[in-house]
Amino acid sequence: MTTTRAPGDVAAPGRGGVGDSALRPDGTLKVTGEFAYASDLWIDGTLFGATLRSPYARARIRAIDLGPALAVPGVEAVLTHEDVPGRRLYGLDHADQPVLAIGEVRHQGEPVALVAADHPETARRAMERIAIDWEVLEPITDARAVVADPDRLRVQERGGIVRHQPVRVGDVASARARAEVVVSGDFSVGIQDQAFLGPESGLAVPAEDGGVDLFVATQWLWGDLRQIAPCLGLPEDKVRMTLAGVGGAFGGREDLSMQIHAGMLALRTGRPVRIVYNRYESFFGHVHRHPAQMRYEYGATRDGRIVYATAEIVLDGGAYTSSTPNVVANAASLGLGPYEIPNLEIDAYGVYTNNPPCGAMRGFGAVQACFAYESMMDRLGAACGLGPVEIRRINAAGQGSKLATGQVIDSPAPLAEMLTRLEAMPLPPPPDRTDLRNLPGGVSQATHGEGVVRGVGYGVGLKNICFSEGFDDYSTARVRLEVAAGEPTVVVHTAAAEVGQGLVTLQAQIARTELGVDRVTVAPADDRIGDAGSSSASRQSYMTGGAVRAACAAVRDEVLALARTRLGAGDDLSLAGGKVVSASAGAVATIADVLGDRTVEHTREYHHRPTVPMDPVTGQGDTHVQLALCVHRAVVDVDVELGLVKVVELAAVQDVGKIMNRLSLEGQIHGGSAQGLGLALMEEIVVQDGLVRNPSFTDYLIPTILDTPPQRLEILERPDPRAPYGLRGAGEPPTLSSTPAIVAAVRAATGRPLNRVPIRPEDLCRRCS
Amino acid sequence: MDFLRPESWEEALAARAERPDALPIQGGTDVMVELNFDLRRPAALLDLGAVRELAGWETLPDGTVRVGAGVSYARLITGLGDRLPGLAQAARTVGSPQIRNRGTVGGNLGAASPAGDAHPPLLAAGAVYEVESAARGVRLVPAAEFYAGVKRNALGPDELIRAFRQAPAAGPQYFSKIGPRNAMVIAVCSFALALFPAERRVGTGLGSAAPTPRRAYEAEEFLAAEADWDADLDDAVAGRFAELVSAAASPIDDVRGTAEYRRHALGVLARRTLTWAWNDHRKGAGACA
Ligand SMILES: Cc1cc2nc3c(=O)[nH]c(=O)nc-3n(C[C@H](O)[C@H](O)[C@H](O)COP(=O)(O)OP(=O)(O)OC[C@H]3O[C@@H](n4cnc5c(N)ncnc54)[C@H](O)[C@@H]3O)c2cc1C
Repeated sequence: MTTTRAPGDVAAPGRGGVGDSALRPDGTLKVTGEFAYASDLWIDGTLFGATLRSPYARARIRAIDLGPALAVPGVEAVLTHEDVPGRRLYGLDHADQPVLAIGEVRHQGEPVALVAADHPETARRAMERIAIDWEVLEPITDARAVVADPDRLRVQERGGIVRHQPVRVGDVASARARAEVVVSGDFSVGIQDQAFLGPESGLAVPAEDGGVDLFVATQWLWGDLRQIAPCLGLPEDKVRMTLAGVGGAFGGREDLSMQIHAGMLALRTGRPVRIVYNRYESFFGHVHRHPAQMRYEYGATRDGRIVYATAEIVLDGGAYTSSTPNVVANAASLGLGPYEIPNLEIDAYGVYTNNPPCGAMRGFGAVQACFAYESMMDRLGAACGLGPVEIRRINAAGQGSKLATGQVIDSPAPLAEMLTRLEAMPLPPPPDRTDLRNLPGGVSQATHGEGVVRGVGYGVGLKNICFSEGFDDYSTARVRLEVAAGEPTVVVHTAAAEVGQGLVTLQAQIARTELGVDRVTVAPADDRIGDAGSSSASRQSYMTGGAVRAACAAVRDEVLALARTRLGAGDDLSLAGGKVVSASAGAVATIADVLGDRTVEHTREYHHRPTVPMDPVTGQGDTHVQLALCVHRAVVDVDVELGLVKVVELAAVQDVGKIMNRLSLEGQIHGGSAQGLGLALMEEIVVQDGLVRNPSFTDYLIPTILDTPPQRLEILERPDPRAPYGLRGAGEPPTLSSTPAIVAAVRAATGRPLNRVPIRPEDLCRRCS
Repeated sequence: MDFLRPESWEEALAARAERPDALPIQGGTDVMVELNFDLRRPAALLDLGAVRELAGWETLPDGTVRVGAGVSYARLITGLGDRLPGLAQAARTVGSPQIRNRGTVGGNLGAASPAGDAHPPLLAAGAVYEVESAARGVRLVPAAEFYAGVKRNALGPDELIRAFRQAPAAGPQYFSKIGPRNAMVIAVCSFALALFPAERRVGTGLGSAAPTPRRAYEAEEFLAAEADWDADLDDAVAGRFAELVSAAASPIDDVRGTAEYRRHALGVLARRTLTWAWNDHRKGAGACA
């Protein structure tokens, strides 16, 4: 292959074992612009693929005329659903999404036809010439209405509801009669986008055996493969997957985007095909976070102990199933957060509409509910005359507590202690008003301090780690140890996707620690090794970390056995510093000497403990593998006359079981918190009648560095005995808790109820809404 | 697409006359976005980047500053912040450092977006724009007469913007803008104010508040007539001024904000900027940032 930039280069991370702040091998490349992202791939003779998408939220296709497009010189193929070589539908768990629209479209941006041409401009011109006779229909866009009338409001044949998951514990009616304080609220969450910076892109190269090699930016190579191969009408071994440089993911690459399309065009034309979305197309090229409408009611004793809770959570999944069933399960099982509540009724619904399609995003169903239950905790505290920390501490769950599902938390969950530590952290000083950047609005100079009021708020979040409900999302790792240039050298190979979270770095750290070897390289992720599961659900440190560790242990065992045979050494051997070390006699040989020219290689699968699905009627069951907590305190300055917010500080306490790499971990907490800040204050895909009004970074705002405050962190290490190194997945929990903490702080400053995120300026100032 | 790259002003005007289908490009921070998003497909680009005459500024005999259309925001902030403080404050809010390095006032005038941040301070200060064609020579267009409609200006098809002219600040000037993010944000609305204490007069400019940037004439006239320039700012006067600024707007509801919020916010900004300027004036401070 003559690609000038292929993902074939083996990553070579720096130094450091488990617990060290090893530097990322991709860090400098990314900062200097040299990292090869999926959109940088190139091979001679490549055609440019382009996707014609629906301008309508719901419409029938009466006819398509491809003739004029095919007539454009330079066009090599124009394809519709009739050209899909295999199955015409795909999907993560439930295949209901057309590869290309079949007779109708169900959301704006739905792919209808594909073009391959010798130049992007030619492809664009050809797309303009595809003539479609549309019959535009009125879109179904009201998720609550679908819950009320799922048989009539059908986007899919199967009816309007993707999944309804009830949870029932105790007796809410009699608890309600006993309650001394009752509070309730309606809450809603707008559509958040992952806003990863590297748009969907990749390269498909047809192979001589009739198969295709795909170089794509994804979160899950094997998950993609299982969906791609049937649609291309190929056996899985004829579709070869290699991970291309991923420019962020956050859940948005769990569903397929251009993979099958590029494969179809490559197979049809017999030439490599590259598809690169631009920012506009990217907004239509991936699923978003489900918007939610939620109704909560809590009853408590006068001293603040919750006696019952009810919650109705409606999540709008858009037109196709995607991961909505699992998002619903999270919303239902985690819908009341980490609090002990003896009587409860939760109903979580995921529905089909013609709104933008929604699926996985960091926090996955737990984010929406967290905004509601934390808002409720503040409301309840206020009704009982208790402060935000006190009301949470009184009801805090801990190790041994039962979740709403009846699952007992069987590893450390020190929520009350975390709140106490958070509260004890010093508060930031008042703003230095001589620098505009410290004030709401920044250098836009909306204020010199007039109208600025400070507020403080707290938020708590509970997130499941790894896939739940009976899913065996195992990971596989191959580790090879050999001597190269006189030095022991390790190669780690998995199919796990580095999406920016630092997994490549961590794999090497684990190998160094387990094998006592400095020189570790991580092979590019591809499907020549078994499944690693998805880079989502905060699970890769746990699962692929566990697999790498297990494979390393197998390699180590063999090396030590070899050492015993060769050197007649005792049973107290270990590997350290490139040597075989005996606890009693010190270093007895170098690894290089023991190995000689032998290669030791082992492949291991790592499985987490089994879980079960939620009971369809009661929602009960041990559904989660591991649970993780983060607590946030937000300090904000609000210009209450203009409704502008400056987040002054975010302080967090998170328990991670074991700090594998503090630098990476802090980055995850900072980034997760910033993403939660975005949801609180600005990030929303605005939709009207099923159509997106702001598909650009001009109007879909994400926090800049001037919006992102200093973050004071306290990281606890309370090991989970079941997890590798005792670690606890860490990437998602901060995304949950920062949103409600910020909203609570803004409420404290303004006295406004703020039942919806993101908050808009007009929600905040008294005279303008 | 043809790419024309004149190296002098004369050549630029000639190219403009010959190729009315060529789109001028200066910093490209508007043009390149439009090309990338396929909103425009010009037959040619007329790159003004090499035209030396556009890249600098000078002081005219009457003291007025004449600033070339190609001066970047970054250079304007460091080089002219003392003489044109209102405009420098606005420039400081434009985009990010990268955009301020490339983007220019000339480009902002060319785009004539109602949200362009340069317009309100230029309106408030009473700037004049110097436009020129090979055939008809120079025209001086007062800022308030330049904006013709949404993203339309008074430029003829054969004309280019050469410079803007503005007297150095004769009193305090302020620019304020609203955005739901603390940097890199298009104005939901904006307001600029310039005091001319010697003339007992105020200038105003509204952004993102109407189809074009505009002045709040009634507010200006009210303040000139009612304010006591030798006393502290009267609350009732400030309140009325704010109301008149709000009333001068004809905002719309869009994805960035509601009309009602825009009117409200303009009133708040008007009152605050007037208060800051008045305090400076009373303290005897001249220009101030
Ligand atoms: C990320 C980003 C952030 C931004 N943020 C802001 C912001 O906060 N505030 C704001 O106001 N703008 C913002 N902009 C828009 C843009 O930066 C400004 O409008 C800038 O002033 C344009 O200047 P330019 O030199 O880059 O113009 P160009 O893109 O080169 O040209 C803009 C227009 O003016 C015309 N033109 C340029 N020079 C002349 C001339 N001499 N004679 C006649 N016509 C001419 C061009 O034909 C074109 O129509 C932003 C843009 C980006 C990409």
